Amino acid sequence: MKTIPILSPEFAQRRAVRLAASHPEIWDLLDGVYDPELPGLTIWDLGVLQDVRMVDGVCEVDITLTYSGCPAVDAMTKDIKKVLNDAGYEKVNVKVVLTPAWSTAMMSPEGKAHLKQINIAPPSEKDEICCPQCESSKVHVISQFGSTACKALYQCNDCHETFDYFKHF
Amino acid sequence: MNEQQTNLYRFLIALADDSIVLSHRLSEWCSNAPYLEEDLALSNVALDYLGRARMFYQYAAEVEGKGRTEDDLAYHRNEREYTNLLIHELPINDFAFTMLRQFYLDVFYVKYLQKLSLSQDKMIAAIAQKAIKESRYHLKRSEPWIIQLAQGTEESLNRILVAKEELNDFIGELFDMSEWEKSLAENGISVDRESIKAEWQAYVQGFFAQSDIELDSVELRVHGGREGIHTEHLGHMLSEMQYLQRAYPGNEW
Repeated sequence: MKTIPILSPEFAQRRAVRLAASHPEIWDLLDGVYDPELPGLTIWDLGVLQDVRMVDGVCEVDITLTYSGCPAVDAMTKDIKKVLNDAGYEKVNVKVVLTPAWSTAMMSPEGKAHLKQINIAPPSEKDEICCPQCESSKVHVISQFGSTACKALYQCNDCHETFDYFKHF
Repeated sequence: MNEQQTNLYRFLIALADDSIVLSHRLSEWCSNAPYLEEDLALSNVALDYLGRARMFYQYAAEVEGKGRTEDDLAYHRNEREYTNLLIHELPINDFAFTMLRQFYLDVFYVKYLQKLSLSQDKMIAAIAQKAIKESRYHLKRSEPWIIQLAQGTEESLNRILVAKEELNDFIGELFDMSEWEKSLAENGISVDRESIKAEWQAYVQGFFAQSDIELDSVELRVHGGREGIHTEHLGHMLSEMQYLQRAYPGNEW
């Protein structure tokens, strides 16, 4: 199924924050930090990277939790520190913020396209889920939770591929 | 801490205890569920509750201001210091029992967190806004299970009915207000639990009606969790949950 890509208000707002950023070079560096469980998906594209500030020589990075118990946060925090330390920012403070609460609407269109490439059906507001392999919309749920809290397990009725669906949240 | 802060601390600990105890119970299904997908699902629900507990413990530690961490609060308090409501600590029993308790609690939390997300305390409101999305999803999963079990075989229906009987005495405590919780509710920080009782009953009764099951009257029967008076089950659970930190204090992953 082909859809016309439109920006969600939540993503548009994040993009506005990034475009107006005082330290765009730090945001660019953070494009080198990925979700440990979703290969190749950056924390920007996932929507958890919220803000970056320099305060008294300390680089402060705000990220949101996807799911409250998601263990990926600890890995992402470590990776953010490493990337920034390696680039010469010695003092880095990663803050996990609860507001705004993360939602899949914060994901970038590139992020959603990337999910499809790695065989994960991207989140759909109306739960119109398509098989990432053959694009059929005839699919059924196997389990409401997949390999991680953010995904559900589906199967395509046409090509029989079993795939993860990144839950709309 | 002044009185208001003491009440807030008790409240946060109570909510965190509710979450971590249920989380641990659900995690006991890991590798024991009827099939792999269910194994993953229950573990993921457990993970959501663990995250919820962490947020409440972290905030409680901050309010207390004595330098204790979330781990200190979870692993270095004794049974009598735990103040979870008793329904959370009951053993997992069979799958029907686990799912019926989950359904009851999912309905409860969807309604409770909705109100808690309007708390005057910004941090509590933010945690509730995060958690309610998860609870809504949990409910989407527990409801089909109740229908499937209640309308399945004679055996599965019977197990649901037995579970209903066993849980009956523990539901009332969900809607019971301690003095300090009342005082917080008057200040718009906590939620008046009694005010959601009728809604909860109507929802569960309506849902049960599809399967010709009756919900018994909900009254305060077995209670004591908020005062640290527990069933015989919590101590055993904590001894397992806290073992590593008790044997090797401060050990990290």
